[in-house]
Amino acid sequence: MSEAKPVGGKVFTGPFLFFLIITLIGIYFLSKRFIFGIGAVTNMNDGFPWGIWITYDVVVGTAFACGGYSMALLVYAFNNGEYHPLVRPALLASMFGYTLAGVSVFIDIGRYWQIYNVFLPWYTNFNSVLLEVALCIAVYIGVLWIEFSPTFLEAKSGTKSKVNKLMIFFIALGILLPTMHQSSLGSLMILAGNKLSPLWWTPMLPLTFLISAITMGYTVVIFESTISSLGFKRPFETNILTKLSLVIPILLVIFLVIRFGDILMRGQLGLAFNGDLQGNMFLLENILHILPLVILASATNRKSAKMLFLSACFLMLGGLLFRFNTYLIGFNPGEGFHYFPAIGEQFITYTIISAEILLYMIFVKKLPVLSGHGQAKV
Amino acid sequence: MKIKRRDFLKGAAGCGVLAAVGQPTFAKAEIKERLPGALGFLYDSTLCIGCQACMVGCKKANDMPVESSDLLPIWENPRDLSAKTLNIIKKYENGTGTNKDQETDGFAYVKRQCMHCADPGCVSACPVSAMRKNPDTGVVTYNKDACIGCRYCQVACPFNIPKFEWDSAFPQIVKCQLCSHLLVKGEIPGCCSLCPTGATVFGPTNELLAEAKRRQQMDPGKYYDFPVSSLDSGKIFSREAASYVPQIYGENEVGGTQVIMLAGIPFSKLGLPELPEKSYAATAENIQHTLYKGMIVPIIALAGLFYFVNRSQNDKD
Repeated sequence: MSEAKPVGGKVFTGPFLFFLIITLIGIYFLSKRFIFGIGAVTNMNDGFPWGIWITYDVVVGTAFACGGYSMALLVYAFNNGEYHPLVRPALLASMFGYTLAGVSVFIDIGRYWQIYNVFLPWYTNFNSVLLEVALCIAVYIGVLWIEFSPTFLEAKSGTKSKVNKLMIFFIALGILLPTMHQSSLGSLMILAGNKLSPLWWTPMLPLTFLISAITMGYTVVIFESTISSLGFKRPFETNILTKLSLVIPILLVIFLVIRFGDILMRGQLGLAFNGDLQGNMFLLENILHILPLVILASATNRKSAKMLFLSACFLMLGGLLFRFNTYLIGFNPGEGFHYFPAIGEQFITYTIISAEILLYMIFVKKLPVLSGHGQAKV
Repeated sequence: MKIKRRDFLKGAAGCGVLAAVGQPTFAKAEIKERLPGALGFLYDSTLCIGCQACMVGCKKANDMPVESSDLLPIWENPRDLSAKTLNIIKKYENGTGTNKDQETDGFAYVKRQCMHCADPGCVSACPVSAMRKNPDTGVVTYNKDACIGCRYCQVACPFNIPKFEWDSAFPQIVKCQLCSHLLVKGEIPGCCSLCPTGATVFGPTNELLAEAKRRQQMDPGKYYDFPVSSLDSGKIFSREAASYVPQIYGENEVGGTQVIMLAGIPFSKLGLPELPEKSYAATAENIQHTLYKGMIVPIIALAGLFYFVNRSQNDKD
């Protein structure tokens, strides 16, 4: 097993203060939202009822938080124990990503004081894709904290905890739940129907969203490992990342074949070359998927920490754009409705991101998360 | 012991393809038909004189405040539906705007409110059943005690009907509920009772459809009797029939709606979306129910995952 250790060091550093200030500004806008209503801080409207809080904080946020899911899939379901050192940091990022997505939902929904209604059997609507997403994410947040709990125990007792049968159940659940809700996050937009551009509206949405989410998971692991190595001045984990990165081009090929096959079959590819915002964003989205595919197809590039990081950046932007396109840019309710996020609205999103980074910084410094050596033994 | 990754991938890919291919075959059986007791109204744009009495009737019946989008209280106020306006008359204008119900150099009115779909997107979307379709009348109602304010109903409505109280700390969704509170008392919706010309006439949807078809058979220019307020009110308004476009809007759109419309100019000109016959709700629910099969698939998957995870742990020990 990995010998994970706390990184140690001071908590109050320059970057820490920067993110703290953003968080404080966000808290000001948050109080405004709760006192005067959502309209007081956002540009959301009856045509665009979902803005960046749902699109970024929840849909993109949980996709970026798929590291724990993707690594669990690889390590446990495919029995590749060698990647074990990458599991804990990935789980930590997932735990914060999902927890803060949950917090974002609470901020976003208008009647938050009735949020528990989703758990009341006499209110639940089993035809609702959103019910499935809500319950699944709620349970998964709990599962992530349980999966991560051995780290707290180790920090306290100083000994390594053993994986018992109950934990195996939670690990299995931790693979099943994201498979369900990450695909359902795609299904959600099927109901948008005529309001969503045919470049994104397709009954294939659940499949493409799922494949994209798994891909995001591995991508984020590479991204996060590189940033941690740079930020905490630790050796790069290039060897293990090289092996891991082979999965990405395979997934990308599957993703792109389904994506383009579907659009061609529906005869809608022409829309991509209209020269309008939607067409251009479609092209950009796919360039950001094809570039990393080309880079990572080469074995030499997969051995370069720089190239790995570069393709991870492209792909994260690509996955982000795929989701923004499906939820906002490709969405046109007609009747002259427009949407661009207001400053306060943006700051609340920045706060969510900052809070995530702050918590990650505290946790890796105080808890045994990152493996002791660059190349930890399995 | 290692499982063969190739086999696992094959299996996983196979499942995905099956799920994707399986959808269309399930799609047909699930389409929800209009209820036999469905209630609604017929809006005939050619009979509408734009007097906005229906808007006054709606405001009164639902205790809604007067709303002005601009400083001056001119005809075009308010501009559109909102959390304060459940029903609105809008105007199409072209060129000189002189001839009624004519696409070029003409004008036409359109009434907008909830269409009370046979298979409503908002009802399918709502995680907490705050949007409900009355099992007898098919009227789509809203329950604020269930609502969590997620606004998925707004995303899901092809007509952009549900509105949200953006400027309230304790907001609600607001939409036309076909004056359900009056229907239970044996009365008719506020907009229908005040319409002087029979442009908005209340009744059971199947009878309204028959009435709409009767009107489309009329000879333009000849005098006919048109029922006022409701089909069975006995009140009649007599006038020349206009020439209608052949479409009855709402007959087939997204699986049919309970409110239906007739017009003299194409509905797309009146701002109504072109929609497929199959509801998006049916598409979404089919995919979801095909993939999950009443939670049986996830439970089997969980058992399988438990087996694999357990084995990977045993390998290590």
